[in-house]
Amino acid sequence: MTETASKPGQTEVWITGIGLATSLGEGLDANWAALQEKRINVDEKGFAPYIVHPLMPVTFDSQIPKKGDQRQMEAWQRIGTYAAGLALDSAGIKGNKDILSKIDMVVAAGGGERDLNVDTGVLTAEAKGANAPGFLNERLMSDLRPTLFLAQLSNLLAGNIAIVHGLGGTSRTFMGEEVAGADAARIALSRIASGESDIALIGGSHNGERKDLMVLYEFGDFNLKDKFAPVWARKDHAGFALGSAGAFLVLESKAHAEARGAKPFAKLSSVVADLARRKSPGDMAATLEKLWAKLPKRDGKGAIISGATGAEPATSEERGFLKGHAEFPVRSTGTMFGHTMETQFPLGIALAALSISRGALFPPNDSTGTEIEMQGAPTQIVVVGAGHWRGEGMALVEAVS
Amino acid sequence: MTAPRDKLGRPVVVVTGMGIMTSLGNGKTDNWAKLVAGESGIRTITRFPVDGLRTTMAGTVDFVSVDPFSSTGLSERMAELVTEEALDQAGIGAKGDFPGPLFLAVAPVEVEWPQRRELGRAVGAPDFTYDDLLRISGGGKYSAYHHRFMFGSVAAHLAETFGTKGSPISLSTACASGATSIQLGVEAIRRGETDAALCVATDGTVNPEALVRFSLLSALSTQNDPPQAASRPFSKNRDGFVMAEGAGALVLESYEAATARGAKILGVIAGCGELTDSFHRTRSSPDGKPIIGCMNKTLADAGMTPDQIDHINAHGTATPENDKMEFNTTSAVFGELAQKIPVTSNKSMVGHTISAAGAVEAIFSLLTLEHQRIPPTINYETPDPTILFNVVGNKARDARVTAVMSNSFGFGGQNASLILTREPA
Repeated sequence: MTETASKPGQTEVWITGIGLATSLGEGLDANWAALQEKRINVDEKGFAPYIVHPLMPVTFDSQIPKKGDQRQMEAWQRIGTYAAGLALDSAGIKGNKDILSKIDMVVAAGGGERDLNVDTGVLTAEAKGANAPGFLNERLMSDLRPTLFLAQLSNLLAGNIAIVHGLGGTSRTFMGEEVAGADAARIALSRIASGESDIALIGGSHNGERKDLMVLYEFGDFNLKDKFAPVWARKDHAGFALGSAGAFLVLESKAHAEARGAKPFAKLSSVVADLARRKSPGDMAATLEKLWAKLPKRDGKGAIISGATGAEPATSEERGFLKGHAEFPVRSTGTMFGHTMETQFPLGIALAALSISRGALFPPNDSTGTEIEMQGAPTQIVVVGAGHWRGEGMALVEAVS
Repeated sequence: MTAPRDKLGRPVVVVTGMGIMTSLGNGKTDNWAKLVAGESGIRTITRFPVDGLRTTMAGTVDFVSVDPFSSTGLSERMAELVTEEALDQAGIGAKGDFPGPLFLAVAPVEVEWPQRRELGRAVGAPDFTYDDLLRISGGGKYSAYHHRFMFGSVAAHLAETFGTKGSPISLSTACASGATSIQLGVEAIRRGETDAALCVATDGTVNPEALVRFSLLSALSTQNDPPQAASRPFSKNRDGFVMAEGAGALVLESYEAATARGAKILGVIAGCGELTDSFHRTRSSPDGKPIIGCMNKTLADAGMTPDQIDHINAHGTATPENDKMEFNTTSAVFGELAQKIPVTSNKSMVGHTISAAGAVEAIFSLLTLEHQRIPPTINYETPDPTILFNVVGNKARDARVTAVMSNSFGFGGQNASLILTREPA
């Protein structure tokens, strides 16, 4: 098990900036309002029978002013670069060259979208008999846009953020689906807590409106089809609805934040992650229990924000784990935002910090009884992120005392 | 060798196991013999048809079989083999029970053409749309492809095979990925989170589309004939890098833990540094400041001064821009020493192993320290008169080497450097 927890003598790590661009809207107020109204944005028709949570349109110009920059990116990078800008704005460090020149970036990323016309064109030509040895080469040489590669490379989300927002510290990109988001937070937290770093931008972005991704997940029959239902109500109709979202956070040592007069939304106390073997039923739930036990003591007013996907058997395993902690009201980001893969964990941390700073957990949206009402202000929220196939992460977000 | 902590009071991080594979062969012994003999692993591609391609050669690893073949499958198999070699040498933990985390540098993963073509054929009609492909993808027939093309799949396989602890990290910092994997391991040990870390970097992505993508960016050499002469770092007639495959694995340990169990110490990771360039997606800032800063940070991290570095294992891709930039930035950091310190580029022989390069070249640097012999930069027939490096041209050179700087620079503004030494400073 790998863990990061503030140890005695180590600095507190504060969440001082949050940037959200999701299917529910842009910015903290729009997302918060939609959560309060239990408003879910799903498209059951555009990709039928598959269901997606499409991005609520944003004006990219406001965070990515150069059209040339926008053209160099595909949607997933534009969403992420946009959300990263919102996070820097939220932390009050946008354009602050002193801070941006040293900020450490840890980004959780997948890969970029393919050109479906090129792919389909090659395959249909082959189906019609094009079989010269160099056929694929020639078509790719003539049909692929040179800049598409850069829009596909995982580390070019971080690269674009650096270019557009002028970040000049360090830059690391973690891949590996859901748990990459947890590991990004874990490594950034441990570097700040140990004094290796003062301030970091972490997060991820995902474009769920992509048929090439649906093919990949359809291989494993993971896509939710036909009819939307809350994550916990999908047991007999399992699957995830891909969501589009960018979620970025500015993490900062308490001392660094105080020195510049920044106010925290909450503190990130611990992030832990593991890789359950998932060979037999119960393996994943056991790993979640181990991670739960590794988190610092929870004696405050607690809640859980889960990134459960709706895919089985992972979601049932997680529900079993949650039942063992029924005193903690649960909320599912998958129900409200869809499954945003690498972004789901940073999104969970963002919503935990937002809930703590606004003095209330957002309302339940579930017919199965897994999510219950919560009265009063949460002071400790555990973010749970269990991947649809592999990888488990957990974080503790707490009110700053 | 006495100090368990470095000048900054952190645990000293040592290397106790190494495994390597390149187009030159499998393992340290074979690779080192061919490397110092000046052999090239670059050859005309036979894995797939090269008709219609501008670049027809690469440093492929053709001696490892993977069935069904995929670039990700090859990356995984190479990673497994180099890890076995590194663990054999380190003698750490027990079989399937490595006492620390895994940091894996791996190329981004996506569904590949053989699998896409299989889908296309399965539609069974001459005319179809992408929706038809999507419709036939489910039902369990292709479930193995889901697992294969998860970004985390290679790391999950290695973690399960070798029993590394915790959540394995798959990372990409483009051409700096291998160096970043080592840096993450060093940091975890320095923070005291673990006594050991397994750092692996692998890249098996010589496939038609990857070649085309780099080709369309005009990054690749097109000097196809003879292929062995294509990669010409620091030469006037260099025209791009040569794609290559390979993998490297390093077992890192705290000096204290390594000596406590009587492990043989192969070298020290004395310093690491990285600095982002926000100038452009594929080009370095013209003033070179991010690279200069990266090298300076690495020296500071090692608590060393330029005059203590007596060999530079260059990024040396042989693209017109990189090599010139690397000389200019190295000169800014090292002053006149930049023209005296022996410099070499392993890429002249093994090509650019992209995601693996930082680890592959760190291992070659450690072997250089061990053998006190610097591998040559081959194809150095027409030196670029504006690059005044003391290039170890064409023939290996015996030299007293105590500290090596190994540089990696990548797309997306990724710069990372390592300093490797024989013994703790």
